[in-house]
Amino acid sequence: MHILHHLAAAVPLALAASTDAPEAASWVDPLLQQLVTGLSNGMIIALIAIGYTMVYGIIELINFAHGDLCTLGAFLALTIAGALGVEAWGGLGGASGVVILLLASAVFCAGLNWTIDYVVYRPLRNAPKLTLLVSAIGCSFILVNVALFWGGLPMGVFGGGVAAAAPKDFPGLVSDDNLLPAAWHVTFTASDLLVVSVTLPLMVALTVLVRYTKLGKAMRAVAQNPTAASLMGIDVDRVIGSTFLIGGALGGFASVIYALYNNTISFQMGYRTGMDAFTAAVLGGIGSMPGAVVGGLVIGLVRALSDGYLEARWTNSVVFGILILTLVFRPSGLLGAKLRDKV
Amino acid sequence: MQNRLLASIASLAIASIALAQGSLKIVSSLPRTGSANAQTTSMVNGIKMAIDEVGGKVDGMAIEYEDMDDASPQRGNWDPAVEAQNANKALADEKVIGYIGTYNSGAAKISMPVLNKAGLVMISPGNTYPGLTKPGTGEANEPRIYRPSGKINYFRVVPTDDLQGTVAADWTKEMGCKTVYLLDDRELYGKGIADVFEKHAKEIGLKVLGREGIDSKASNYKALANKIKAAKPDLVYYGGTTQTNAGQIAKDLRSVGVEAKFMVPDGCFEKAFIEAAGAANLNGKTFVTFGGLPADQLTGRGAEFRKAYMAKYNTDPEAYALYGYECGRVLLDAIKRAKTKDRAAILAAVAATKDFDGALGTWSFDANGDTTSKIMSGQTVENGDFKFVKVLGK
Repeated sequence: MHILHHLAAAVPLALAASTDAPEAASWVDPLLQQLVTGLSNGMIIALIAIGYTMVYGIIELINFAHGDLCTLGAFLALTIAGALGVEAWGGLGGASGVVILLLASAVFCAGLNWTIDYVVYRPLRNAPKLTLLVSAIGCSFILVNVALFWGGLPMGVFGGGVAAAAPKDFPGLVSDDNLLPAAWHVTFTASDLLVVSVTLPLMVALTVLVRYTKLGKAMRAVAQNPTAASLMGIDVDRVIGSTFLIGGALGGFASVIYALYNNTISFQMGYRTGMDAFTAAVLGGIGSMPGAVVGGLVIGLVRALSDGYLEARWTNSVVFGILILTLVFRPSGLLGAKLRDKV
Repeated sequence: MQNRLLASIASLAIASIALAQGSLKIVSSLPRTGSANAQTTSMVNGIKMAIDEVGGKVDGMAIEYEDMDDASPQRGNWDPAVEAQNANKALADEKVIGYIGTYNSGAAKISMPVLNKAGLVMISPGNTYPGLTKPGTGEANEPRIYRPSGKINYFRVVPTDDLQGTVAADWTKEMGCKTVYLLDDRELYGKGIADVFEKHAKEIGLKVLGREGIDSKASNYKALANKIKAAKPDLVYYGGTTQTNAGQIAKDLRSVGVEAKFMVPDGCFEKAFIEAAGAANLNGKTFVTFGGLPADQLTGRGAEFRKAYMAKYNTDPEAYALYGYECGRVLLDAIKRAKTKDRAAILAAVAATKDFDGALGTWSFDANGDTTSKIMSGQTVENGDFKFVKVLGK
């Protein structure tokens, strides 16, 4: 903490000193602010991107339903928050409310993702990849409509369900108050802290799981060659199921962080967020977990800087322009493995 | 066969008797089935009051009225097939000399060309889409495609959406704001209003610090809000609706600490906007323009109407009741001046309406068929609900 404090203080100072002009801070502070915003957004995208990349890595399916899975996670969180009256808890109670929502959504999304795999994708394991892809799009539509129906339930948190399609306000359980001293001119809010403090440990835990556990080893084996893996005695379906379970849980965490950071959820939120996350996964190299994280952060930062320094209307063009350029020069993405020859 | 012949002779006879007695018919085509029924009830009440006011008779000619539904249960909303059917039914009945409708601008697009070809006058109490009448505000071929005969037969008593931009800019200046930051959702309604706002703002000396078309599906606008915060505007105007994320914008402006006021058009004048934004983010600093007045703000003829309406229906008239009433009155006034049952003469008389002593003040129909009235209300958000502030556009 101590080091971090000094470091954060030193960066603007160093920048200000190097330009040697009194108005230096006038451009440094907004830039730092945009970087904070970009990183927070990027981390949420990264967490969802992992769900895409894990599934792709193991069964070469772009699971289009993943973004919409997160939508349902957020709707569950809002329903629980309303039922328990979490908003009024305050203080430490508020923090425990956040933990309850995170866990509930993670468990729910993990279970739902596993179920979707079991019911829809598993029977299609040997079907052509296109069949699987179209099924994923079908699942996406189903989940969107479930969310639309859910938002129309006559509950207080959904505004009585009068306007099912309208965006829903998510209670601000995590404050937007600045945690940094006012003299720094840069705000880092509790919700930014929440994003970092939930996302980073999850990413570390996932890396440990994939690299150092038996399940992780099995996942890597199945990703490399399912037939060989099954010959070695690995229960391939179980490993794939676990992948969906883990990817879904990360999506569940991401959905609650998304909801707490943006304070709005809607039945369509998964479409755009999923699109960003999918783009991040491709940018970073689909199939690569560090790639998904890097891709997510890059997209978050590019979005923030484009909104801040270009015009907001160009942001999507900038993001996809960068994606195209990256793929032209590095077809397997920023951190993607060299394309494997599948003989 | 014989029966049918008899029946048609009988109906002809009845029709000719009615004609002989000098009876005229006004029809309305408004959505009865579905969520807009409450507004339709208000509008129909207004029309009926206008007819009752003249004793159901103009110049010795009895006025009949039929309340047609342009919605269908399948859609729960206005239905293009039903609207087309209503228009044709009105044309087929030669007693019909005026068509009051529609409520939805989309429905008007269906019936306008049909009625235009036959030269039957149409007056709308609810359409606010500018492209129906004003060249250059909608698609390139609007409003030409609604006027196949080349003549104007469509009129409206409500101010169009784009006027909100003008009125909003004036209100912004009145509040003492000097600088504004403009956002729009890049859609027909929102961008149109923001364009008009920007143009008028420059004319009246407001400084426009920035103008951005946003991505209405983005998850948040914090980066944009950071930028707005650095620009330090007095007011942020968003040309958009609840559906195009107005709530999220309000939220992000507050969450990054933008102190500016926030103003939106009537696409956000609904409870869902407050719910989406969270009341705490709107209270006291959010302003909404809306084409209509709360009943207790009516003066002159409008106040008389309110009194009569309350006596008859036991409730305050909604904004739409007033527009329905205005449609009925302006049509009856034209019949009185035309002194005939001829559709073309009545159409000409409606088009010639000038300095009409209406419930919303004195107004005329302009060359496009729009009302010259710009009366709107300015609302704010207090304690999680809309609250009337003042009359705008006088």
